[in-house]
Amino acid sequence: MSMSLPSHLGETVRNSPVPARHTPTYALVGNPNCGKSTLFNALTGLKQKVGNYPGVTVEKKVGTAYSQHGQPITIVDLPGAYSLAARSPDEAVTRDVLLGRRADTTAPDRILCIVDATNLERNLYLVHQIMDLGRPVILVLNMMDLAAKARLHISIDKLEKELGIPVIPCEASQGKGLIELKVAMSRSDLPLPRHSWTIPAPIAPAVSELQASLVDHSRKSALSARAEALLLLTDQDSVRVAGSTPLDARTLGILHTWQKRWESEGTDWAGSLVSSRYEAIGRLCAEVVRAGSADRSAANVSDRIDEVVTHPVWGWAILGVIMVALFVSIFTFAEYPMTWIDDHVASLSDWVKGVMPEGDLRDLITDGAIAGVGGVVVFLPQILILFFFIGLLESTGYMARAAFIMDRLMSKVGLNGKSFIPLLSSHACAIPGIMATRTIEDPKDRLVTILVAPLMSCSARLPVYLLMIAALVPNDRVPVMTKVGIMFGLYGVGYFGVFGFAWLFKRTLFKGPPPVMIMELPPYRMPRMRDVLMHMVERGGLFLKRAGTLILAISIMLWFLAAYPKAHDGATPQEQMTHSFAGKAGHALEPLIKPLGFDWQIGIGLVASFAAREVFVSTMGVVFNAQDTGEESTPLRQALLAAKWPDGRQLFTPLTCVSLMLFYVFAMQCISTIVIVKRETNSWRWPLFQLGYMTSTAWIVSFLVYQGGRALGF
Amino acid sequence: MAETIPLSGLAVGSSAVLREFPKTGPAFLRMREMGLLPGTSLKLVRTAPLGDPLEIEVRGYRLTLRRSEADAVRVEPGGR
Repeated sequence: MSMSLPSHLGETVRNSPVPARHTPTYALVGNPNCGKSTLFNALTGLKQKVGNYPGVTVEKKVGTAYSQHGQPITIVDLPGAYSLAARSPDEAVTRDVLLGRRADTTAPDRILCIVDATNLERNLYLVHQIMDLGRPVILVLNMMDLAAKARLHISIDKLEKELGIPVIPCEASQGKGLIELKVAMSRSDLPLPRHSWTIPAPIAPAVSELQASLVDHSRKSALSARAEALLLLTDQDSVRVAGSTPLDARTLGILHTWQKRWESEGTDWAGSLVSSRYEAIGRLCAEVVRAGSADRSAANVSDRIDEVVTHPVWGWAILGVIMVALFVSIFTFAEYPMTWIDDHVASLSDWVKGVMPEGDLRDLITDGAIAGVGGVVVFLPQILILFFFIGLLESTGYMARAAFIMDRLMSKVGLNGKSFIPLLSSHACAIPGIMATRTIEDPKDRLVTILVAPLMSCSARLPVYLLMIAALVPNDRVPVMTKVGIMFGLYGVGYFGVFGFAWLFKRTLFKGPPPVMIMELPPYRMPRMRDVLMHMVERGGLFLKRAGTLILAISIMLWFLAAYPKAHDGATPQEQMTHSFAGKAGHALEPLIKPLGFDWQIGIGLVASFAAREVFVSTMGVVFNAQDTGEESTPLRQALLAAKWPDGRQLFTPLTCVSLMLFYVFAMQCISTIVIVKRETNSWRWPLFQLGYMTSTAWIVSFLVYQGGRALGF
Repeated sequence: MAETIPLSGLAVGSSAVLREFPKTGPAFLRMREMGLLPGTSLKLVRTAPLGDPLEIEVRGYRLTLRRSEADAVRVEPGGR
């Protein structure tokens, strides 16, 4: 297969200086793994604002850098992209901002392109598309040290001359080249790229026609219309996201007419465009890059690591060790700050109880607001630790290897390797797990991962499992291994749910061509602690900002439901609880949960669990009037075992305990997760769907087990 | 033109030149944009522990793709 590319159709854009505004706005763009975040952090320091593009869950990062003369320069850090023909919501946002298709973000007037100097050809593909846009561009050649190590000699002068734009060599991680870059960025006479390349002949007339139509109907400038016209031809099945201005009907019509014609002629229009760009890049690289004697020592180190890390035996062992370390640290290191937070929240509320007169206002502050804030903040340690690890795994390059190793297994249920870490993290808590799904580019895979993540048994279910196991098997008569066995069984049932539902959703709700997994394996690099820590803090802040307030409001509401209406004066906590709205809800629920073996008192526990699953334990303590409410404590266990149905039958029979444990495996009883899913999917539709499918599965499973068990005589 | 085989049939550690590519499908457009074009030389570096996906070296960097895609890409063994 060969392509002939006549040269007479080449178009050249002439330089014309653009007057600078007082605070120029730069868009920072580049491929993933080229050091873009490091450069952004190095340029802006802590002067960053992180938010979301409205309607999509793509991070919007804006920062301010200062020129050598103290002039502010605004930098919009666009998501990493390989091409403007977007394949993920991240890339779609990058494309839309650059093309001025987003009403919420003004198109930046200048573009800062960063490329990995060790991987120039592929990195220049995006640069080549961006140079079409007709805006001043500065090219940053990052990782010059690694390029030198790989014996790649890049002639900066020749590159500047060929492209007609400033080219700044740089080592962002060492802070080298930043001064030169800032000097270039504050130039008022930044030139437009001298960008000449040949559009394949069969496509050229279509490009002109689309360009003219875009100028007429979408009021684009000539150059940006041409760039968009070129993009439309490779963009046909690419990702659309909310907030993007749709294409005008006229232009769309022209596009479809041409596509039909090419299809019937057998013209490979998109392919020939890509090829002609790579040909131009190839010629440029031949001009400016001289590869020295092939000592690829950096690549060799990476390769030697990979020999072990992706080894059929050692690879699994290393993945296992890393995952256990991740897991243990989330559980154990988070334990101390979480206890600390709990203790301080408790002492704060004790202090308030001491200084304020008794009454509803005091209860609102202590049991509603303070407890609610505590309930939000208590998630922070886990979120910070998880994102510290994820940042570390990502910046070293191991994350891509984990996805590489796990892809085969995950693909069995229609997911890809990138779902593995978020799902595993959900063992600690579904909230950080769901927040971690942002690394999954494919929107469908991401949504399915979010939908099934809460089925992974999280740490909040542990106290409930422990309480039920304690009620089920008395400590003194049964070996410890039985309890461990039951615990493993419950985790196993959770996995079954995760993979079963992922499989089901991929075959029903999210049917379509199997997602592709075309992923770069970046060379291993030393992690940049500063970037890792900034990422971690940013995540924690986002959680507090986005979910914190809503979780707080709902916590206060749940407190209200348990505290009102007031029982008579001097009522015990038990009497108050049964008299409250929560108690009434328990009664109302009883007909629905009786077939599962639960009475209204357990119903109160189920309702209270929405604040957090572990609240079940303390609620049971109040409802059954046990003095000490530790999950394995004897008084609570005995209180449970003494509980009876009105007709005198025992309430917590072994069968009821099993039914209740299975209910907790499947049921969606966590307001915080619901809120986070709403934030991450941008609608109430998916969290409500999740609440529905999980809770009805829980009901059905418990029903079958309880009724089946009864029929079998248990 | 010499014999071509699917990329997925290439022996681990051996090089080849890419010859033919399906024209349509988002996966294949993205593969081209990542620099896999007819005439590009590549090397099959390794497969994942479970045999899928594949890791290839192309234009000086490493890329993974699944066998299902690699089946449709025809390469001519040799080169480099």
